[in-house]
Amino acid sequence: MPGPLRRLLVKPELGALVGAVVVFAFFAVQSETFRSPRGIANWLDPASTLGIMAVAVALLMIGGHFDLSAGVMVGTTALTVGIVATELRQNLWVAIGVALLLALAIGFLNGWLVTRTGLPSFIITLATFLMLQGLNLGLTKLFTGTVTVGGIDDVPGYGAAEWVFASRVSVFGAEVRVAVLWWLLFTALATWVLLRTRFGNWVFATGGDDVAARNVGVPARRTTIALFMTTAAAAWFVGTTLAVRLTSVQANTGIGQELIYIVAAVIGGCLLTGGFGSAIGASLGALIFGMTQLGIPYLRWDADWFYFFLGAMLLLAVLANRLVRRYAEAARR
Amino acid sequence: MTTRPAAVPSRNEPGNAAPLLELRDVGKDYGTVIALDGISATVRAGEVTCVLGDNGAGKSTLIKVLSGVHRADRGQVLLDGRPVAFGSPREALDAGIATVFQDLAMIPLMAIWRNFFLGAEPTKGRGPFRRFDSARAKDVTRRELAAMGIDIRDPDQPVGTLSGGERQSVAIARAVHFGARVLILDEPTSALGVKQAGVVLRYVAQARDRGVGVVLITHNPHHAYPVGDRFLVLNRGRSLGEFGKSDIDRDELTRLMAGGAELEALAHELERPAD
Ligand SMILES: Nc1ncnc2c1ncn2[C@@H]1O[C@H](COP(=O)(O)OP(=O)(O)OP(=O)(O)O)[C@@H](O)[C@H]1O
Ligand SMILES: [Mg+2]
Repeated sequence: MPGPLRRLLVKPELGALVGAVVVFAFFAVQSETFRSPRGIANWLDPASTLGIMAVAVALLMIGGHFDLSAGVMVGTTALTVGIVATELRQNLWVAIGVALLLALAIGFLNGWLVTRTGLPSFIITLATFLMLQGLNLGLTKLFTGTVTVGGIDDVPGYGAAEWVFASRVSVFGAEVRVAVLWWLLFTALATWVLLRTRFGNWVFATGGDDVAARNVGVPARRTTIALFMTTAAAAWFVGTTLAVRLTSVQANTGIGQELIYIVAAVIGGCLLTGGFGSAIGASLGALIFGMTQLGIPYLRWDADWFYFFLGAMLLLAVLANRLVRRYAEAARR
Repeated sequence: MTTRPAAVPSRNEPGNAAPLLELRDVGKDYGTVIALDGISATVRAGEVTCVLGDNGAGKSTLIKVLSGVHRADRGQVLLDGRPVAFGSPREALDAGIATVFQDLAMIPLMAIWRNFFLGAEPTKGRGPFRRFDSARAKDVTRRELAAMGIDIRDPDQPVGTLSGGERQSVAIARAVHFGARVLILDEPTSALGVKQAGVVLRYVAQARDRGVGVVLITHNPHHAYPVGDRFLVLNRGRSLGEFGKSDIDRDELTRLMAGGAELEALAHELERPAD
């Protein structure tokens, strides 16, 4: 294979880029709403909150780990914002700060347990997932007597918080939610960190082979813990966005989403074995998800087709990733 | 705990100067397996200490104690005469001990230049804009490999696509580049052809001449003898002795390494039956 072509194929996000173009073309040709500025703003919305999580989850996967508690943590942080603000009667920003500290603590605990015990992160974060699921329901009922926390918009500080987390920006005549801008910013930031900083080099190395990484002086443990904390911080950002945007939070928020984040990251070229992947790819994976989720109803198809479609994309992605890995790693073994 | 190196001691100071690295009665267990017991050895600046022994003799375990991967369970490791116990490879690296591990410690999916500087990335910019100076990293990588006679077409190539010998050369070039005071090489020539093995041995000699203390691990007494100043022979985790070059000749070393009598028995066994 000639050099430039070979190099392109080893780009993790290539498959997701092709996939995104094909999916866009597929829906855009058939649905005028889908390709209108308003339609685009509509499908960018689910892509954005998913994308913020997928980027963080992709970093963690490149670093060699999974976080099954990432979805429920969105709920935990959203509920914390709501309960601290409305039940404990704090300024909304205080509530948001408390939720951030809580998220970072949970992320730290996940990372610390994984690095200390050497157990698969899959099982450690499954335990965290279950515990948080129980706590979310139990504490919400304890505080509110129901399974919902509401009235977040009546709390002092809501105006500024709404501007940061839930405002709309006019782009080409369409009202785009500010989360889309945050998503683009986080994708760019994560890409820069991965490819242009020492920490990014350590992430790839820790995920590729943590023993080898430690042997050449990479602080592999600290890198892993930092990645779990990053995922938790992303969950906090999305949880806060949901709490501020919806002004009320259900106790089961986020449950089940953790697998969707992983699906987006894998469609974006992340290897399940770690050490390879990209933040842009994960964002493209989220974009495919958003386009499909809204494109299917635009075509007046049954919504059930959505999951079939997503599964097929995932299968295609893992098959393509397998080829990449075989090429890049085993070519000269 | 790390002891940072003081000023570089002058080379080959006779007699009284403390050796760069010294092992005293070092032992290391893996669970119930005694991998090393009662090992003493010295590494002096400007000298090559060769560690020889059969498969499973404990050579790699010994260098893992020196490079901070494992802690000794018994005995002492001294750096410049002061006891040290490295808690991690990072601490050993900071003390100026660079190691080429037998498995090379490289990440197959990462580019050559990223592997070369892994854990010691050069940076530019300040504060939040501090970033990996990739242009410099690529440049240095290409230069250092060219100096070793390895012509890298593309430093962006993943290490996993290199041949075994090329990979070994990259690992050695990396350690030589960062090895400030002690350079440890675990079977650096095992995957190399005659020409590249020669290049590596010449590198060892150059490092020695610059005043670096070298620890060279090998199966091959023909590689060890010409560059070595002292020879530590291991057998099943125990030392068969540490010899200066004047105390032992090449044949004696070979015989000792293979377990003496065992080799003679083997030679006998392999002889054609005289019928
Ligand atoms: N991580 C480990 N856990 C348990 N036992 C180990 C471990 N590493 C090495 N050993 C055992 O310790 C002994 C010495 O191993 P070591 O790797 O030091 O030998 P070596 O001299 O380097 O051999 P080779 O020439 O094959 O590289 C062997 O019996 C090996 O099985
Ligand atoms: Mg060995």
